[in-house]
Amino acid sequence: MFKDKDRYLSVVLIAPSILAVFIFIYVFIGWSVRVSLSKWKGLSADYTWNGIKNYIDLFADPRFHVDIRNTLIFTGVFVVGSILLGFFLAVLLDQGLKGEGFFRSLFLFPMAISYIVTGVVWRWLMNPATGSRTSGLNLLFSYLHLDFLQNAWHTTPTWGIAAIALAAIWQMSGYTMALYLAGLRSIPVELREAAQIDGASEFQVYRYIMLPLLSPVTLSALIILGHMSLKVFDLIIAVAGKQLPLDVPAIYMWQTTFDGLFYGRGAAIGILLLISVAVLIIPYIRYTLKTETQS
Amino acid sequence: MNKKLFVLLSVLVVASLALSACGVKGGDQVEVFSWWTGGGEAAGLEAMIKVFKAEYPDIEFVNAAVAGGAGTNARAVLATRLQAGDPPDSWQGHAGQELIGTYVAGKQIEPLNDLYTSEGWMDVMPGTLIPLISDGGNIYSVPVNIHRANVLWYNPAVLEANGVSVPTTMDEWFAAMDTLQAAGITPLALGEQWTKMHLMETVLLGSLGADAYNGLWDGSTDWASAEVKAALDNYAKVLTYTNTDSASLSWQDASQLVINGDAAFNVMGDWAEGYFRELGKTPETDYGWAPTPGSVGVFQFLSDSFVLAVGAPDPEAATAWLKIAGSKAGQEAFNPVKGSICARTDCDKTLFGVYLQSAMDDWASNTVVGSLTHGVVANDSWKSEIDTALGLYIQGGDVAAFQAALVAACASSGACK
Repeated sequence: MFKDKDRYLSVVLIAPSILAVFIFIYVFIGWSVRVSLSKWKGLSADYTWNGIKNYIDLFADPRFHVDIRNTLIFTGVFVVGSILLGFFLAVLLDQGLKGEGFFRSLFLFPMAISYIVTGVVWRWLMNPATGSRTSGLNLLFSYLHLDFLQNAWHTTPTWGIAAIALAAIWQMSGYTMALYLAGLRSIPVELREAAQIDGASEFQVYRYIMLPLLSPVTLSALIILGHMSLKVFDLIIAVAGKQLPLDVPAIYMWQTTFDGLFYGRGAAIGILLLISVAVLIIPYIRYTLKTETQS
Repeated sequence: MNKKLFVLLSVLVVASLALSACGVKGGDQVEVFSWWTGGGEAAGLEAMIKVFKAEYPDIEFVNAAVAGGAGTNARAVLATRLQAGDPPDSWQGHAGQELIGTYVAGKQIEPLNDLYTSEGWMDVMPGTLIPLISDGGNIYSVPVNIHRANVLWYNPAVLEANGVSVPTTMDEWFAAMDTLQAAGITPLALGEQWTKMHLMETVLLGSLGADAYNGLWDGSTDWASAEVKAALDNYAKVLTYTNTDSASLSWQDASQLVINGDAAFNVMGDWAEGYFRELGKTPETDYGWAPTPGSVGVFQFLSDSFVLAVGAPDPEAATAWLKIAGSKAGQEAFNPVKGSICARTDCDKTLFGVYLQSAMDDWASNTVVGSLTHGVVANDSWKSEIDTALGLYIQGGDVAAFQAALVAACASSGACK
C-alpha cells in the first residue's frame, strides 16, 4: 500500500513530464490541426477559417500524387526487402556458426549510423554518371563485366525512389535480423526436434513451425519499418537533395512551409502524415499493451 | 530524509536552469543575422565587420550567422525568431521580392528611403535597380554585393576545336549545340533542380527580352501568351542538349564539366568564377564567359542585402551597420573577398579580377533585371509554386501543362489578375 505522502510525491515528480508531453505534443498537434484549417500563407500568422480546403487542394495537387506514389513504392520495397533480408540473415546466424557474435554486430552496425551518413555514402555509390565519368557501383559493375547491371539509380524515372529504399534496406535489415534472431531463439528447441523426428524437411520446419511462431515478430517489424518509411526525409535529402521526382510528403511539408511560407498547406500535410502513422501504430500499441497486461 | 534531499536538489537544478536562460544584455550592440558561415562569404563578412569596428568602436557586433546551403536553415530560424517577437537588429536577405513579399507583408522591416538620401546612395546605384528593391515607393534593403545570373560559361578550347563561336542569340546557340552534339560532346552542363530553374530564367530572358521578362513579374506580360509558349519551347529544346545525370550533380559538379572539357557550356551565376579560381584556373584561357544568348546588354542580377528590423532592439546601432554595408569602404572590403561586385558603381576597379571588372562595366551601363531563382522578382510563395511546376514538368515533359501551372502560379500569387 502507498502511503499518502508517497503518492503525493510521485504525482509531483511526474507532473513536469506529463505537463511537457501534454503541451509539446498534444497542444501542438491541436494547434497544427487549427493551422491546417486556416488560410495562413506568409510569415505572419493568419487563422482565417478555410475549412478543409487545404486538404481538398492537396488531393488534387499533382505534386502530392507524386508524393503518395513515391511513399507507396518506398514503403513496399523497403519493408519487404528489410524483412526478407533480415529473416535470411537471422536464419543463417541461427545455424550456430563460429563467430556468431561478430557477424551479429557486423549486420547490426549500419543501424548505429545516421541516415545522413548513409545517404552521403550511397550518393557516391549510386552515381549515375555515364561514359568516362562513371563511378561508384556502376564502375564496379563495369570492372566485373556486369555492365547490364549499370543503371541510373535514383535518377531513374518513376522508380528512382526504389534506389533510395536500397540504402534504407542496407541500414535497417540488421535491425530486422536482430528482431528475428530473438524470435528464433525464443522458440523451444523441442518443437523443432519433434518436427524433425516426424520427418519434416528443413524447409517444412521453417514453413510450418518457425514462420507461424514468428508472426508476432513479423508484425512488429512491419509496423516499425512501416512507420519509419512513412516519415522518411533525411535519407532522401542526403542522397538527392530537394528534387521533385523523389519527393515525399515530409519533404513537401518542409519545402512548402519554410521555403514557400504556405503554413496552412504544410500543416495539412503534417496532419495527414500523423494520421497515416497513427493508423499503423495505434492498433499495435493497443495490442502490445493488452498482451503485456495478460502476461 | 534522503528523499527530501533529492527533491530539494531537483528543485535547485531546475531553478538554476531557468535562471541561466535569462541572459543579460547590456551596452550598445548590433546583432546581425546571416547565412555567411564559410568560405569567401564569411571572410568577406569579417572584413566588413573590421571596417564597422574601426568606424564604431563603441558598438559591439554580434555575428548571428546560421550555417546551411543558400540560407534555407537560417531562414527557418529567422522565421521562428520573428514569430516569437525576438528579431535580430538586421538580417541578410536576397534583395527584391523575397524580402518584400515576406517581411514587408509581415510588417517586419522598415523603409530606408531617408538613409538612401542622407548617404547619397541614389546617385551611386544604378537607376534601374531601385524599383526592383522597392515596394510602393519605399526602399527596404541595402544591397551589399551584386552577382550576375545570366552568364554563359564556356570552354574556349572545346569551342575552338569544333569551330564554334560564342553564341549571342538563341538560334546561334542551338546551331552551336547541334554542332557540338554531333561531335560527341555534351553541349550544356546542368545540375540539380534549382540550377534548372536558373537556366529557365535565363532562357525566358533571352527569348522574351528585358521588357517582356520584367512584365512577367508585374502582370503586364501574359503567362498564357504565345510568346511565353515560344520561350518555354526554347527551354524544352535547351534541355535536350544537357547531360543525363543532371539530377545527381551540384552546381559545382556541373561547372566543373566545362572546365574539364566534358561539356562546352554551362549557365550559372558568376559565383562560378570564384569556384574556377579556387580550382586554379586562368580566366579567358581555361574558361570564357558571355551574357546568356539573347541577353546581351542586360544584367540579370541578384544581391545580398541587409534590412532594418521593425522593433530592432537597438535601431541606432542597426542603422550604423547599414551605413557601413552601403558605404564604399564596406563594399570594397567585402566584395573582392567574396568574389562579387559592389552594388555601388564607384568602387575601385583595381581591387577586382578581370571577370569582375567586366561585370562592373556591365553593371554600370546595362539594363538591370532581376533573377527569379535568387529571390529578386518573385516572392517565396510564388517561387516555390514555380519550382513545383518546373519539377513536375521535368518529370513529365508536358509543356502545355507546365505553362498552365505557371499561369495558375502567377494568379495565386496575386501579381496577375
